[in-house]
Amino acid sequence: MQQSNDVTGKVAIELNHVSYSDEGLDIIKDVSGILPEGKITTFVGPSGAGKTTIFRLLNGLISPINGDIYLFGENTQSIEPTELRRTVGIALQDATMLRGSVYKNLAMPKTLQNQEFQKEEAEHLLTQVGLDASFLNRDVADLSGGQRQKVSIARTLVNQPRVLLLDEITSSLDRISTSDIEHLIQHINQEFAVTIAWITHNLEQALHIGDYTWVMMNGELIESGNTDLLENPADPRVQQFVKGDWQ
Amino acid sequence: MSFLSLGLSLIFVLIPLILSKTLNLGLGKDTFIATIRSIIQLIAVGYVLTFVFESGSYLFIILMVALMIGAATHNAQKKGASIKGIVWKLIFTFIFIEILTQSILLGFQITPPTAQYIIPISGMVVGNSMVLSILFLNRFTAEIQTQKKETELLLSLGGTPKQAIHLPLIHSIKASLIPTIESQKTIGLVQLPGMMSGQIIAGADPIQAVQFQLLILFLLLTTAAVTSIMLGFLSYPTLFNERMQMLKIKKDEEE
Repeated sequence: MQQSNDVTGKVAIELNHVSYSDEGLDIIKDVSGILPEGKITTFVGPSGAGKTTIFRLLNGLISPINGDIYLFGENTQSIEPTELRRTVGIALQDATMLRGSVYKNLAMPKTLQNQEFQKEEAEHLLTQVGLDASFLNRDVADLSGGQRQKVSIARTLVNQPRVLLLDEITSSLDRISTSDIEHLIQHINQEFAVTIAWITHNLEQALHIGDYTWVMMNGELIESGNTDLLENPADPRVQQFVKGDWQ
Repeated sequence: MSFLSLGLSLIFVLIPLILSKTLNLGLGKDTFIATIRSIIQLIAVGYVLTFVFESGSYLFIILMVALMIGAATHNAQKKGASIKGIVWKLIFTFIFIEILTQSILLGFQITPPTAQYIIPISGMVVGNSMVLSILFLNRFTAEIQTQKKETELLLSLGGTPKQAIHLPLIHSIKASLIPTIESQKTIGLVQLPGMMSGQIIAGADPIQAVQFQLLILFLLLTTAAVTSIMLGFLSYPTLFNERMQMLKIKKDEEE
């Protein structure tokens, strides 16, 4: 694995020889790498490379078979699962919604902690993600793909995560919605110093939004470093992938 | 009823056999086997019950109830094969429901403590509990699959397994209770319950028969509610590990 050393600053997440398999199939193979704190790290690679599995490992929905994951220096296996998941929030490609109103969805992280979520807080959050307060009482079934994604991100932000994992959140959106979401994520990253990890199939997007990049293939981390590595990759497989020749 | 009359009642078996043959339904073999099995099983139970009633021994009563629980567990566990330790969970549920109902019946002297009452009532309680378990397990394993995304979403937002599985669990409990509640709404209007009909045919006072039937109906309502809720709360923790991660469940062999 190629890893550039030009990253300075603190590390939010570190993976140390992490492997994961399911039903005898090796999905993540001895992956070691970092997510720099306060930066946007983009994850690129062909389908089936294991990017989503890495996110599920980071959020604690699954555990590594081998190796360790450290969150701000602490082994995630020693962090209480609910606390880990609130600290490392995840928003998925399909933006799964719970039946009911936008408010019900936004309030869910607080409801799970038996806490109240004020309407004013919800309205403020909606404004933050680019939706106006009138959305609060709307049924989630009536939302467009982009609106659902925004609600999904806002819902994850209710827990005030220190790390935010975004799994192909713009892949099914039009250009304008994609641009809105990109600005939103950059705003969240800069305004709240949230560390972002973003899976994308769009190399252009990875280049203009990312500070740091992981290139994954067949469950391995092939190359990682500052995002400009995509312009001049060292690994021949990554060169092929960037050129669009990778099968 | 004489043996001749009973023999003549086989006409009611011949009708479906003829229909199956004529319309090529292919149900002849199953109908025949079911008839033979019911004749052998019921006659055997008749002799066993006569022996138990005459002996007056509580040991035989306990053995009879244990046999019922064993058979009910064997039948219901197929639907919950994907849930770890389902056999013990079912046994525990059936024993609990049996002790609960008999404690109320015998403790308040609603029924006398004799085999004649304990065994048939236990049969109805365990039988009903078994049907409820099958309905619940069938629905619960399906709900877990269909609501997997929502369950994982709640976990990912920092919910506990109990919070994450709450909706599928409640839906399954409700769905399994609906047939019991709905059938009680129309009872006496659409159909006369089997036990009550049996008592009336045997010459009992209809009011007396109704009183017993009401007792059984109320008993079955408790049985239904306790069975589903208990089995639900015993089952859901096995779907998660100690890191609050959802475990994969295998598809039922029966499906």
